[in-house]
Amino acid sequence: MRERGEVRKLIVISFVLLMAAFAASSAYAVQPDEIMSDPAKESRARDLSRELRCMVCQNQSIDDSDAPLARDLRLLVRERIAAGDSDAQVIDFLVARYGEFVLLKPRLEPHTLLLWLLPPLALVGGGIALWVHGRRRSRLAAAKDQSTFKLTAEEEARLERLIAAEPSPDKPG
Amino acid sequence: MIAESGHYALVLALALALIQSTLPILGARWRDFALMNVARSAALAQLLFVAASFAALVTLHATSDFSVVNVFENSHSLKPMIYKITGVWGNHEGSMLLWVFILALFGGLVAAFGNNLPLSLRAHVLAVQAWIASAFYLFILITSNPFLRIANPPIEGRDLNPVLQDIGLAVHPPMLYLGYVGFSISFSFAVAALIEGRIDAAWARWVRPWTLVAWIFLTLGIAMGSYWAYYELGWGGWWFWDPVENASLMPWLAGTALLHSAVVMEKRNALKIWTILLSILTFSLSLLGTFLVRSGVLTSVHAFATDPTRGVFILLILCVFIGGSLTLYAWRASALKQGGLFAPISREGALVLNNLFLTTACATVFIGTLYPLALEVLTGDKISVGAPFFNLTFAPLFVPLLIALPFGPLLAWKRGDLLGAAQRLSAAGIAALIAIAVLWAWTRGGSAFAPLAIGLAVFVVAGALSDLAERTGVFRMPFGTAMRRSRGLPRSTWGTAFAHAGVGIALIGIVCETTWNSEYIGSMKPNDTTEIAGYELKLAGVTQRQGPNFRETVAQFAVSLDGKPLSTMMPSKRNFTTRASSTTEAALLTRGASQLYISLGEAAADGAIAVRIYHKPLVLLIWFGPVLMAFGGMLSLSDRRLRVGAPKPAKAMRGLQAAE
Repeated sequence: MRERGEVRKLIVISFVLLMAAFAASSAYAVQPDEIMSDPAKESRARDLSRELRCMVCQNQSIDDSDAPLARDLRLLVRERIAAGDSDAQVIDFLVARYGEFVLLKPRLEPHTLLLWLLPPLALVGGGIALWVHGRRRSRLAAAKDQSTFKLTAEEEARLERLIAAEPSPDKPG
Repeated sequence: MIAESGHYALVLALALALIQSTLPILGARWRDFALMNVARSAALAQLLFVAASFAALVTLHATSDFSVVNVFENSHSLKPMIYKITGVWGNHEGSMLLWVFILALFGGLVAAFGNNLPLSLRAHVLAVQAWIASAFYLFILITSNPFLRIANPPIEGRDLNPVLQDIGLAVHPPMLYLGYVGFSISFSFAVAALIEGRIDAAWARWVRPWTLVAWIFLTLGIAMGSYWAYYELGWGGWWFWDPVENASLMPWLAGTALLHSAVVMEKRNALKIWTILLSILTFSLSLLGTFLVRSGVLTSVHAFATDPTRGVFILLILCVFIGGSLTLYAWRASALKQGGLFAPISREGALVLNNLFLTTACATVFIGTLYPLALEVLTGDKISVGAPFFNLTFAPLFVPLLIALPFGPLLAWKRGDLLGAAQRLSAAGIAALIAIAVLWAWTRGGSAFAPLAIGLAVFVVAGALSDLAERTGVFRMPFGTAMRRSRGLPRSTWGTAFAHAGVGIALIGIVCETTWNSEYIGSMKPNDTTEIAGYELKLAGVTQRQGPNFRETVAQFAVSLDGKPLSTMMPSKRNFTTRASSTTEAALLTRGASQLYISLGEAAADGAIAVRIYHKPLVLLIWFGPVLMAFGGMLSLSDRRLRVGAPKPAKAMRGLQAAE
C-alpha cells in the first residue's frame, strides 16, 4: 500500500514537472572523485556515459543521474577504459552484464527493426503518397477540364444558332 | 463545507455538460433554434460551476484545511502562500481539475464570442466540447476526487515535493494545459464539420485563431518548462527526450503542422481533408500525453497493471475519442469536397512540405516514445530509447525543413517561381556562407557540424528578414514609402517573419550550447579559485541559512573577468525537513545571451564542497527563440483578418481575400 502511494507520488511529480520526471531529489551527476586523470580518456568516458541508461531511473543517462547505481556504472566504464578497452568493448561488456536495457540507443536487431525503420519509412511513404496524390489530382483535373470545355455536337449546333440569331451590335434593331 | 460545495459544483458541471452534449445535437437535427441555443448558455453555466469548484480547491489549499486528503498530502502550513496556491495543480487530482477548468474556459469562450458562427456549427462544436468535458468530469468524480475528507484530520500536512516549490510551477502547468486543452477547440470544430458534412473557408478562418492561441501557450509552456528544468535540476540540461517531455512535444509538432495547413485551407480552400485529420490528430496526441503521464504506464508497465483504475479509465476515454473521431473521419471525409489545385512549386507546395516533415518528426517522437512500451507488453523485452536515438532520427528531419523554410513565404500561391525566390534569398544565402566561413576559420580543427548548423540558422533568420525587406521595399524605395508599406503589411506577415526568425535563433542557441559548453567539476574549499571560459571564480565562503520550510547551505562565489570583479554568485542547496529531501538552487550569471551556471553538490567532512560550474555560450537564445515564435503568433492573432472573423462565406469576404 505504501509502495503504491510512492509510485503514485512519482507519477504525480512526473506529470507536473513534465520536463524531468525523475527529479525526485537534486541531481548531481559526475562526482569530482570519479574523474580520470587523462582528459582524453575522461572525455571518452563522458561520451559513453551519455549513451548508457541508469537502470533504476526513468529515462536518465548515467551521466545525468545521481543514483548510486549510476555512480557504480560510471566507475565501471572508467575502469574498463583504464584497462584499455575500446568504446565498443566497454559497451559490449555492459550489455553482456546488464542486458540491452542499458543502451539508450538500441541496436538494430530484429526486435528493434521497426523502431529504426518506421521514421524513415514514414518520410518516404508520405513523400510517395503526396506525389501519387498530386499526379492523380492533376490528371483528374485535366480530364475534367477537357470534359467541361469540350461541347457536344448538339451544344455546338445550338451555339451556332444562338450566335447567328444574335443581333449584331453595330446594326441596331 | 467548502470541500462539499466544490464537489457539488463539479457534479452540477457534469450534469450541465451532459445536457450540453445532447440537446444541441437534437436541436440541429430538428432545426430547433431554442434547443441549439441551449449549447451557449449551458457552456457558460458549466464554466461558472467548474470555476467555483476550482476556487473551492484553491481556498482549501490556501487555508491549509488538512481535513481534505488532497491538501494534507500536498501542503504544509509553513509553505509560502504562493506555493500553497500553485500546489493546487502540483498533484494529480488538482491538475485534473485545472484541466477541466481550462476545457470549460475554452468552451465558454466559443460560446461567448461565437455569435457570428452559423448556429448549427456552434451547437455541434459546443456539444463535442461537452462530450470531452463529461468524460473528464466522470474521470475526476469516480477516480480522482480532490475533495475527499479524512476522518481524523491531522494537524500538519505532508508538504509539496520541494522540486515543485518554485515559481516555474506557478506558470508552467497552466500554460501547458492552455496549449494542450486549447487544441480541443480545433478538434471539436473538425468533428462538427464531419457531422455536418460541410466545410468551407469560413470554417478555417474560425479554427485558425483558436489553434494559434493553443499553439502560443504550448510554445511558451514548453519553453518555460525547459528553462525551469535547466535551472532547477542542477545539471544544466534543458531537454532530456523524456517521455513526459515528448508527450508535450508531439501535440506541438502536430499543432505547428495544423497551423500551416489551416493557412492553405483558409486562403486556397485546399487541403481540407488533411486539415481535419490534423485537427483530430493534434488533440488526440494531447489526450495521449494525458494518458501517458496520468496512468503511470511510463514508470513501468507493471505499475500500470497493479493499479489500473485511473489508467484504464483514461485509456477508455482515449479509445472512445480517438477511435470515434477517426471512424467518423473515415466515414465522412470523402463527402467533403476537395479544393483548389496547385503546382508542386508554390506556397501551398511549400506548406505541404512543411507538413510532411513536421508530421514525420512527430511520428518519430511517437514511435520512439511508445515502441519500448509496446515491445515490453508484446514480447517482454525491455529496451531503452533515449536522447541518442532521437538526436540521430529527429534532428536530421529539420535540416531539409529549415533549408526550405525561407522559400515558403517568398513563393506565390498556386504556381511559384523557385528561381525568383532563390534570387531574393541570395543576400540571406551570402550571410549564411559568411557565417560558415568565419566560424570555420575561428574553430579551426573543430568539427564541421557547428559552423554548418549555425550557417543554416543564419539562413533562416536572414531569410525571414529578407522576406520583410522584400515586402516593405526598404532597400528599393524611399524611406517614407517603405515605412508606409510596412504599416500596410498584414500583421500576419510580420508574425510569420518573427516566428520563422525565432526558429533560427533557437537553433543558434542549441548549437552553441551543445558545442561550446565548458564545464568544471571539482571539489572546492573556501578561497580556492578556478577558471572557466576566461572567468575567474573564487569561493569566498559557505554559510547556513534558515528558510520558511527549509534549511539551506549557501556558497558565495566572487566572479571576475580579466582581474576586474564582476559579481557575486550564490548557489545553494536546500534541505526540506518534512519530506527529507533536498533541491539545488543553481546560481546563474547572465552575460549577454550567455550564462555562467554554478550548482552545489555534497559537502565533505574537511570543509570542501563539490561544485559544478558551466559556461553556456548563447544558451538564452534557446528560449528566446520560442518566445519570438510565440510573439509572432500573437502578432498574427491580432491580424485584422482573424479579428474580423468569418460570419458567413459572403461575397464581401471573397473580396477581402482577393485584396491580399
